[in-house]
Amino acid sequence: MTTTETGITAAADTVGADGPVLEVTDLHVTFPGEPDDVRAVRGVSYQLRKGEVLGIVGESGSGKSVTSLAVMGLLPEGAEVTGSVRLHGEELLGRSDEQLAKVRGKRIAMVFQDPLQALTPVYTVGDQIAEAVLIHSRRTKAQAWARAVELLKLVGIPNAEQRAKAFPHEFSGGMRQRVMIAMAIANDPDVIICDEPTTALDVTIQAQVLEVLKAAQRETGAAIVMITHDLGVIAGFVDRVLVMYAGRPVETGAVDDIYYRGRMPYTMGLLGSVPRLDLGERAPLVPIEGNPPSLTRLPPGCPFQPRCPLAIDACGEREPELVAVPGSDHQAACIRAGEIEANNWGVTDIYPVPEIPEDTIAQVPRADRQVVLDIEGLIKHHPLTKGVVFRRRVGTVYAVDGIDLEIREGETLGLVGESGCGKTTTLMEILELRRPARGRVVVLGRSTDRIGAGERMRVRRDLSVVFQDPMASLDPRMTAYDIIAEPLLAHNHPKDRLRSRVMELLDLVGLSAEYAGRYPQEFSGGQRQRIGIARALALEPKLVVLDEPVSALDVSIQAGIINLLEDLKARLRLSYLFVAHDLSVVRHIADRVAVMYLGKIVEQGEVDRVYGAPAHPYTQALLSAIPIPDPEKERGRSRILLSGDLPSPANPPSGCRFRTRCPKFLTLSEDERTACIDTEPPLRGIGDTDHGAACHYAEEREVV
Amino acid sequence: MAKFLLRRLANYVLLVFVATSFAYVLAATSLDARTYFESQTPRPDPAAVEMILTERNLNDNDPLAERYVRWLGGVVTGDLGLTVQGTSVNDDVQRRIGVTLRLIVLGAVIGSVSGVAIGAYAAVKQYKIFDRVSTVTAFVLLSIPTVVLAVILQIGAVMINDLLGMRLLLYSGEYSAGLQADWWGTLVDRLQHLILPTLSLALGQLAAYMRYQRNMMLDVLDADFVRTAMAKGLTRRVAMRRHALRTALIPVVTYFAFTFGVLMAGAIFTETIFAWHGMGELLVHSIAGNDINSVVAVAGFSAVCVLLAALASDVAYAWLDPRVRVS
Ligand code: SF4
Ligand code: SF4
Repeated sequence: MTTTETGITAAADTVGADGPVLEVTDLHVTFPGEPDDVRAVRGVSYQLRKGEVLGIVGESGSGKSVTSLAVMGLLPEGAEVTGSVRLHGEELLGRSDEQLAKVRGKRIAMVFQDPLQALTPVYTVGDQIAEAVLIHSRRTKAQAWARAVELLKLVGIPNAEQRAKAFPHEFSGGMRQRVMIAMAIANDPDVIICDEPTTALDVTIQAQVLEVLKAAQRETGAAIVMITHDLGVIAGFVDRVLVMYAGRPVETGAVDDIYYRGRMPYTMGLLGSVPRLDLGERAPLVPIEGNPPSLTRLPPGCPFQPRCPLAIDACGEREPELVAVPGSDHQAACIRAGEIEANNWGVTDIYPVPEIPEDTIAQVPRADRQVVLDIEGLIKHHPLTKGVVFRRRVGTVYAVDGIDLEIREGETLGLVGESGCGKTTTLMEILELRRPARGRVVVLGRSTDRIGAGERMRVRRDLSVVFQDPMASLDPRMTAYDIIAEPLLAHNHPKDRLRSRVMELLDLVGLSAEYAGRYPQEFSGGQRQRIGIARALALEPKLVVLDEPVSALDVSIQAGIINLLEDLKARLRLSYLFVAHDLSVVRHIADRVAVMYLGKIVEQGEVDRVYGAPAHPYTQALLSAIPIPDPEKERGRSRILLSGDLPSPANPPSGCRFRTRCPKFLTLSEDERTACIDTEPPLRGIGDTDHGAACHYAEEREVV
Repeated sequence: MAKFLLRRLANYVLLVFVATSFAYVLAATSLDARTYFESQTPRPDPAAVEMILTERNLNDNDPLAERYVRWLGGVVTGDLGLTVQGTSVNDDVQRRIGVTLRLIVLGAVIGSVSGVAIGAYAAVKQYKIFDRVSTVTAFVLLSIPTVVLAVILQIGAVMINDLLGMRLLLYSGEYSAGLQADWWGTLVDRLQHLILPTLSLALGQLAAYMRYQRNMMLDVLDADFVRTAMAKGLTRRVAMRRHALRTALIPVVTYFAFTFGVLMAGAIFTETIFAWHGMGELLVHSIAGNDINSVVAVAGFSAVCVLLAALASDVAYAWLDPRVRVS
């Protein structure tokens, strides 16, 4: 404890004369429970100076959100909070709800993650902002409303007078998040706490929202606490970082210190496990083995010990305190921090990097390899209907509107795009194995419009799928054994070799045989996804469709799954169709990539070509919107911001579908624009490669 | 909004018409008014009976369609027809309707309002003593049929009266017959009679609303928007009222029309047990007496009541959830 305090004073000295705006000292939060209490936060301290931006990073269950809810006094009744939270030197802990309410929204405001839920559904957006204004100031209703409209304009809501009268469900996710920000800055707060403000949003929208947050900060001069699990988002956004693990701060310091001179194995591993958008060469990711500890019965020592490659016996004796790295306000909670410093160890020196076998198929030229999946002119339109009793068709949703894809043996094709672009519909059309409305789907030379039931069964053996949510896709009443054995039984696998095959599959995905008898709920997210993969591989497929297979997992777990997928692909000569919205993951795992926008493929080609020199304005914007977990690079990047939201797929713009948001379109002359408005650009090759972009004015450009 | 309500109203009127017509057909085909005369001594002359029956539009030898049209013709001009005895159903209904309305309106209002309040409070205090006690009470109440509840209340009233040594709670009739008192005395007397029947109806309603409101409230208690409201600077209490309760009430008001039907059924027993001369009692008597037109009148009355309840819940819904107004 004493060390923590000395650390803080040392930090305070470097701050200078003016005191911190917000000072959290030795904060503990416990949720009483049966049979054991949950110790969600154990000794968090930080200081926030005027205008400073602090990032709090951690994976799920690290206590990062609970910390800020405790600061706001928003924890559920019954939570035990100790320590101290001072705002301008005034203690907030222990105040009554009435007293705290005067501070909330006035001096400390909060922006929550927006899973459609953070705004009250039955009040208009304007009313909700006006309410925030009215609570803390003496104004008339009309004045408050005027202020609400003004705030909406400030956060970039077009047509604010009208939109203020709309209800939350009439707003898109990005727009709702802007409303949340407007509400947060309504009373010029000193501190804005942002809890995963962009997690539920698409990258281009995320870039917009981060920009609005920056503007909001300029406008109010507020200090910001940015809570996130995304090491990219904060790299270019914050001044200082606090890393949390199992309810404890394990490392804190200036952003560059944390990213380049990490002294705590967990932080280092976390950074090493993130797939990088900016790195071309395929180094395997650093997976952190195991899972975070349960917060109910923590062992006495370092909470990271079971997963730490550097752990020694002494680590288990006592929980290490945050200790300052000499000569800076960088602190790490690791008894071997000094050694790491002295030997200048990097992440690859600490973590054993898995070996991924050489992909032998890569030597065969692409043209000579078998085509595993061939899609030509695939179209899927849904009717848009209205009315309950008398359904009538009022329009058509052009979900997938004529796309071509090709996957060859041993190849991974990444299909990327933001929500609503049609990638999931494409995937479902492929998995149906039925004759599509228009176009052709050919799996291993067999076209789905001509095959009968028996043949379809055989095609199913060659084509399997892994879904996003491991829990939802596994039957909770079946053991891991039953789950993996199910497809084998369905395809008449010889009974006597069933057991050995299941064990073999478990081993293949890195689960030991003892797991066979357990149920899905007894597994962690990463383990469940491994079961999902084992099941998909049971029938020795040639092509595996992966639908966002890692997006529900924490990064340290995600890395292990990505490595596993790469390893399996090389060993079993698999081909993957990898559908994802995370372009960093796709760059890491895919050989080729296809970018979708509003039911069309706008760019396609080798991963390194597309990422290195994207030619379509949409791809360029998409790539530039993705934050890179490298503070220096991040600070040097400029974003191509897209205006507005995705148009409705029921009513796509004429000509080029991207033209309503295209930054390039704005720079064109009237004459040049007519092509964009009138003619739909086909996917055209660039140079003599098979890198193609669907833009009349395609031009390669480096953006990462 | 007005358009939305008008459309709903048109639907309901149609439903009432259909429901009452069904009731007529059902009553006219299954009840036999003839038995009333056959049990009379001396037996009246069959030809005369035939004539009286036709005159009162109760003769099962006349074609059903003809009787229906005649009945309907009366109803649209506000004439509900004649009883078996030849008196006007209108008179009967006029005397009784106020009695029943007082009972069901009070029962519904007291039951729903206090049920919602208790349920919402129990949710906020989840697993605390108030929540536990109210939950157990609600389940006990829900498992007791209205009839039994009414009887239990009567027994309880007797005990209380004995304990107090005075007649505080009265459980027979609607007022004391032949009471000579000023308006104040009359009011007190009415209230003394009113309490028990109203309670026996309201308690079942209260229990149902309590459970439903509690569950709805629990769903929104931890909703992010309640947290947002608090983060804006509302106290927990105000955030609960303005944001959580408001949202949680929406599904509950749609429930009002449904539970009203249950309430109407309960009212029949309550009236009978507490000897109130209301529509419920009329129904029981008229079925026993094969009095077709009275049965249909009661059925029509309940249909209209349910219609009004449904309309009330539509109005409340539109008021609570402005989203239906704009779309
Ligand atoms: S204290 Fe030990 S177990 Fe904990 S991070 Fe340091 S080396 Fe690893
Ligand atoms: S065709 Fe025109 S509008 Fe479309 S992406 Fe190219 S420049 Fe933009």
